[in-house]
Amino acid sequence: MTLLAGKVDEAQRRSAFRRWRANPSALLGTVIVGVIALTALVSLVWTPYGPLAIDTNHTLSAMSASHWLGTDEYGRDTLSRLMASCKITMYVGGLSVLFATAIGLPLGIWSAWNKGWVSQLILRAADVLYGFPALLAASLFAAAFGASTNTVVLAIGIAYIPVFVRVTRSAALVILNAEYVLAALAYGRRPFAIVRKHVLPGIGSIIVAQMSLLFSIAVLAESGLDYLGLGTAPPNSSWGTMLQSAQNYLSSDALLCLWPSLAIVLCVLGFSLLSEGVSELRDERGGR
Amino acid sequence: MSGSELQLVGVSKTYPSPGWGRDEVAALTDVSLDVVRGQSLGIVGESGSGKSTLARLLLALEQPSAGRVLFRDEQISGRAERDLRLFRRSVQIVFQDPMSSLDPRMKIHDILAEPLRALGVEVDEAERVRSLLESVELPPSAAKRCAFQFSGGQRQRIAIARALGPSPSVLIADEAVSALDVSVRAQILNLLSSLVTDFDLTLVFISHDMAVIRHLCDAVAVLYRGSIVETGLTSDVFRSPREAYTQELLAAIPRIRAGRGRD
Repeated sequence: MTLLAGKVDEAQRRSAFRRWRANPSALLGTVIVGVIALTALVSLVWTPYGPLAIDTNHTLSAMSASHWLGTDEYGRDTLSRLMASCKITMYVGGLSVLFATAIGLPLGIWSAWNKGWVSQLILRAADVLYGFPALLAASLFAAAFGASTNTVVLAIGIAYIPVFVRVTRSAALVILNAEYVLAALAYGRRPFAIVRKHVLPGIGSIIVAQMSLLFSIAVLAESGLDYLGLGTAPPNSSWGTMLQSAQNYLSSDALLCLWPSLAIVLCVLGFSLLSEGVSELRDERGGR
Repeated sequence: MSGSELQLVGVSKTYPSPGWGRDEVAALTDVSLDVVRGQSLGIVGESGSGKSTLARLLLALEQPSAGRVLFRDEQISGRAERDLRLFRRSVQIVFQDPMSSLDPRMKIHDILAEPLRALGVEVDEAERVRSLLESVELPPSAAKRCAFQFSGGQRQRIAIARALGPSPSVLIADEAVSALDVSVRAQILNLLSSLVTDFDLTLVFISHDMAVIRHLCDAVAVLYRGSIVETGLTSDVFRSPREAYTQELLAAIPRIRAGRGRD
């Protein structure tokens, strides 16, 4: 009670930053994700060479001063293609996670609030969707709409909806069972206001952690689907398509496989670390 | 002084039992109760006797399965939320668990200002928060801190301050001191009883603890398995309980000196 109240605000903000810095998962995750996001942004305006520029004089060249990571079978600069693929990855990961959140979050909160048969129906539908393999869905979409980056977004996005419904629901239930929600109803707050003022701030960190985790899985799924030819179509580059064309040269030019693989591993690692960091920081504060 | 603030008329409440069966669980059966203006009414009963259901019905947070709930002789059960503004301002609640009754992410200022904003009470927010904190004997600096920085007793004071915000005429306390340790409990009880006098409150004090009710309440209603088995002035009920169940409850009050007779 004797704390200097005026300093509390600032001290709390500072300690949040300090805890972030002191948490290795959060810090490393942020740095990796930051670098990848920055690379994606830079690739929009600049890459060392055009990612699609063919140079038949320098096919499958080794690492050199002019081509830092070498070139592929068409003489395209590997570094440029890696950079250009970053934006595909960010696009697919970001959009599919946002899509799943946009649908799963409201459904999850709704089914936590209402315990009637409609929310039972939502949950059972989520179970059915959960049991439907994403790969099968992706092949169906690819057959129906043609293989493209957006097909992958849709397939991954839909596959993640049930995950978000469940995570949101269980987190929201904890909040809705608290007595401060009853108190808010007793002073006349309507459900929407309660969701905005209590539920969303309460489940925010769980949702962010979950989004980050699913982003990392989306990166893997996207690479896999591209590798199978169900997603981003050549000549456009993505880590999955790069890996697919590089496997033909595995014995002669193994490094060509290494770079996109490293990029995938690093990206997945970055987003998983970020997710773990957010959860750890939340736990440190005792679930607040 | 006289007249009813809240009335339950033949109220029953049943819940569907879990599972697919059609059986229902009766929480309250044909309960009639009169909360007289200016009186402190104790509602006593063991766990599972329907006390919390009763509180929710009195707050119109749940609808009765049968019977009516009246506020100042007007029916509130079954009414749309927008018709309940005056009622919401007039009847407020303090809950049992000081840990779960305050949103841990909110500053105390916002916790206390929320009811004012929700109910459209036109006051100077900062000024009102300061006076609310003062009335529950907390320093003004508390407004800038978060709920988790306070002890259980302090949190319960904040919960009381929040309930007093809209200047209610009825305060419902649902096991409001049960989660506190003994010395803090006494402080909160004294605070409640002086607030009842200062703010001219009608108090509904729900508890399983007969000793606490005797300390605080003018009248008492004994709830047993969803029915009211005995009502009366506290002094009468304590002197000569008519029902066997009430006698049992009274006998369960711990005493310090052995062999001391019932007073």
